[in-house]
Amino acid sequence: MSANANDLRHPLKRARGLGSAQSGVGHWWTQRVTAAALIALGLWFVFTVLSLLHADYATARAAVAKPWNALVLILFVATAFWHAVLGLQVVVEDYVHTRWKEVVLLVAIKFLAVLGALAGVLAVLRIALGV
Amino acid sequence: MAQTQRPLSPHIQIYKWQVQMVTSILHRATGIALAVGMLLVVWGLLSLAAGEAAFNQFKVCIGSPLGLVLLVGWSWALFYHLCNGIRHLLQDAGAGYAIPQFVRSSWLSVIVSLVLVVAVWACVLNCGGVA
Repeated sequence: MSANANDLRHPLKRARGLGSAQSGVGHWWTQRVTAAALIALGLWFVFTVLSLLHADYATARAAVAKPWNALVLILFVATAFWHAVLGLQVVVEDYVHTRWKEVVLLVAIKFLAVLGALAGVLAVLRIALGV
Repeated sequence: MAQTQRPLSPHIQIYKWQVQMVTSILHRATGIALAVGMLLVVWGLLSLAAGEAAFNQFKVCIGSPLGLVLLVGWSWALFYHLCNGIRHLLQDAGAGYAIPQFVRSSWLSVIVSLVLVVAVWACVLNCGGVA
C-alpha cells in the first residue's frame, strides 16, 4: 500500500524505485561508492608512487609484484576507470546536445575506459606473475 | 503566442564570481583531467611490464619539462578532486548546506588542495627531484 493515500502513483512504481528516467539511482550511487573507495585507493597510490621516487627498474618492478601492492593497484585502476566513465558520462550528457555525437562520445569513452582498465590490469598481472 | 518579454536567466559572464561556482567548475575540469591522467598511469604500468628500456623511456618523458608541468597539474587536480569530492560526499549525506558553511568548505577544498600539492612537491624536491 502507498504510504500516502493521495499518492496517484501505482504502488508498483514505488516498489520498482526506477523514477521518471527509468534507471533508478544506480548511476548516482555507484559514483559515490567508487568515490569513497578512491579516497583510500588514491591516497595509497600517491604514497606508493612517492615511495618509488628514485627506485631503479628492478626495485619498482619488485614493489609492484608484491601481492598486496599488485592487488590494490588492480583495484585502483579498475575503480578509477569506473568512476571516470560515470563522471565523463554526466559531462557529455550535460554539454553535448546533438544526439548522435552524444551517443558516439559515450560509447567511445566506455570502449577507451575498458581498454585502459584491462591494459593496466594485465600489465600488473604480468609484473606480479613474472611473465 | 509565446510571451517575448519574459526575463532571461543571466549567463555565466553576468554573474559575480563566487567561490562556490569556482569549486563546482573545477570539480568537473579536474575530473576530466584525471580521466586523461589515468592513461598516463596505464602507460607507466605497461612500460614497467614491458622491460627496463621502455620504463627508462617513460621516466625520461615524465621527467622532461613538459612532463613535469603535466605532473604538477595532475597532482594538483588529484588533490583538488579528492578534497572537493570528500566535501561533496559530506554534502550528499546532508551536512554543510547553510550558505556560510558552503562558502567556507569551498575555500577549504581549494586551500587544502594547494597545501597538499605544495607539500608533495616540496617532498619530491627535497629528495632530489623526479626520476
